[in-house]
Amino acid sequence: MRRISGERATRPCLRVPSARRGDEGLHQRDEASQKMSKQQPTQFINPETPGYVGFANLPNQVHRKSVKKGFEFTLMVVGESGLGKSTLINSLFLTDLYPERVIPGAAEKIERTVQIEASTVEIEERGVKLRLTVVDTPGYGDAINCRDCFKTIISYIDEQFERYLHDESGLNRRHIIDNRVHCCFYFISPFGHGLKPLDVAFMKAIHNKVNIVPVIAKADTLTLKERERLKKRILDEIEEHNIKIYHLPDAESDEDEDFKEQTRLLKASIPFSVVGSNQLIEAKGKKVRGRLYPWGVVEVENPEHNDFLKLRTMLITHMQDLQEVTQDLHYENFRSERLKRGGRKVENEDVNKDQILLEKEAELRRMQEMIARMQAQMQMQMQTGDGDGGALGHHV
Amino acid sequence: MSKGQSGLGKSTLVNTLFKSQVSRKASSWNREEKIPKTVEIKAIGHVIEEGGVKMKLTVIDTPGFGDQINNENCWEPIEKYINEQYEKFLKEEVNIARKKRIPDTRVHCCLYFISPTGHSLRPLDLEFMKHLSKVVNIIPVIAKADTMTLEEKSEFKQRVRKELEVNGIEFYPQKEFDEDLEDKTENDKIRQESMPFAVVGSDKEYQVNGKRVLGRKTPWGIIEVENLNHCEFALLRDFVIRTHLQDLKEVTHNIHYETYRAKRLNDNGGLPPGEGLLGNVLPPVPATPCPTAE
Repeated sequence: MRRISGERATRPCLRVPSARRGDEGLHQRDEASQKMSKQQPTQFINPETPGYVGFANLPNQVHRKSVKKGFEFTLMVVGESGLGKSTLINSLFLTDLYPERVIPGAAEKIERTVQIEASTVEIEERGVKLRLTVVDTPGYGDAINCRDCFKTIISYIDEQFERYLHDESGLNRRHIIDNRVHCCFYFISPFGHGLKPLDVAFMKAIHNKVNIVPVIAKADTLTLKERERLKKRILDEIEEHNIKIYHLPDAESDEDEDFKEQTRLLKASIPFSVVGSNQLIEAKGKKVRGRLYPWGVVEVENPEHNDFLKLRTMLITHMQDLQEVTQDLHYENFRSERLKRGGRKVENEDVNKDQILLEKEAELRRMQEMIARMQAQMQMQMQTGDGDGGALGHHV
Repeated sequence: MSKGQSGLGKSTLVNTLFKSQVSRKASSWNREEKIPKTVEIKAIGHVIEEGGVKMKLTVIDTPGFGDQINNENCWEPIEKYINEQYEKFLKEEVNIARKKRIPDTRVHCCLYFISPTGHSLRPLDLEFMKHLSKVVNIIPVIAKADTMTLEEKSEFKQRVRKELEVNGIEFYPQKEFDEDLEDKTENDKIRQESMPFAVVGSDKEYQVNGKRVLGRKTPWGIIEVENLNHCEFALLRDFVIRTHLQDLKEVTHNIHYETYRAKRLNDNGGLPPGEGLLGNVLPPVPATPCPTAE
């Protein structure tokens, strides 16, 4: 048996592990392999088709592992108060992230600085777990002088990168928690005529650190024409100021037509204009989530009313891509700059610490010697003077 | 005078109020031009007529207010402008050979547009109103009120009213200037219930139920500007134009102006200005004859 397993070692051991775990499996072949391996541990399965090796099963394994491990995603929402950020997040993920919310009055807001509030929620859908962290930034844009608004936010993002870098360079890398901000929804006010100076300044400050997705809030304020005009205006201004927002990756050529069409539609609708709501309203005989006005009902999930569905689709289909871009682009940029700045490499940090310790000890010894010498001198002086001071003994 | 951040619909509302193009419409300058770096003051004068009554209306717009990153003291240019108008009037008044009808360029009413966030006033709004409620009549208006549902609207209004009260901001009609009981009850009702008015402005007309109305067309319905169930534009219009127009002018003249005058005379040691130190040089303001809306 051992000999055969040695021989078989060249074959990818795909089926054996799956059989061992006894998974129900998503693949017929798994069951077949289970049965067969139970019969004869030495007799390995004949491939169903000649030349079939079996690593086509790999995606399923990855899928199973990922589902078990769960997914993590950190979303940051930035925008002035009152633009409906919390409502939108609640609508997107159908949860209530802010159960006891106290909205401060204007007088209190004058003195408030920007704070960072991160709330984590674990949601599960069909066995897939998502650990979602929403980073909120209350106080942004409230103050009369907003110059320092984004310093707090930028230092938070950098801190998360720093922490990840530190963990990655550490000795025990098994449980690195990824708290890096994968995506930032920037809420643009629909009341203005485009981007405000604060919007531009903020986006320029973080476009190299995080994926920015601009979102037009409270889109039910705008008629369709106004919406088109505003979107175009925002896109022009973004281009003018060279702001790098997150661009959806083009669909691969081997994807099906539907997906390509969907991607095309999504790309054409940026920035998304959304309306959030978790209230159920009765409209046309069925219950929909929406906002009830005297002149009609705005349905959140109606693509003709707003782009909420598109935003949700984008977030979900591209969650993986957002994480990848954060890892491959923003994190790597941060890392290379940080290491360049740091001088010596981070891996040698521990070694250097020992060196520093040794150096410090040597210095301490030197200083002690010096003190001993000085005291001896004083002693001699006193002896020549008084003949006292014999008690000045000390240890080196 | 209309103030508030850009994009709150000030120009559209003023046009709707006077049912004519009295404000330099957004399409001509706002869409293409950049947000101005400092607060500018743009005054445009019109003569409008209704039923044989002519009115000289001057609309003063303040683009650039509250748009910058650092908005400290952005109310100073506005305060300066208002005081300059008072100064001008004062100088004319103390002139030895003065005109029979002094050209009145003073600001009678300031419509302050509050952004409909649904939460509360912004710190900038508070600061501005604190500084300016003492020199001019401020009427707070909630702009673009079609953003809020009915409950949100009433909640927001209550919160705004409370905040204004807590911070001691006296908006027009000020409680202290109610002359008799009748005025008081009427104004109390307006103050307690309707103000600040939540308005929607529009200069486009649509067909609703067979009539042509001013409104905004959205995929989920048409918002009628003059329908009291939809917004309070009609209330604002009646308040400012049909009932309280004269009162606005009187309060400006009798109270705000007199306060300014007293302060100036005191500063000048009891002497009328002109005989003493006069620092400011008045900017060339387009001369507007006194409005005659009797």
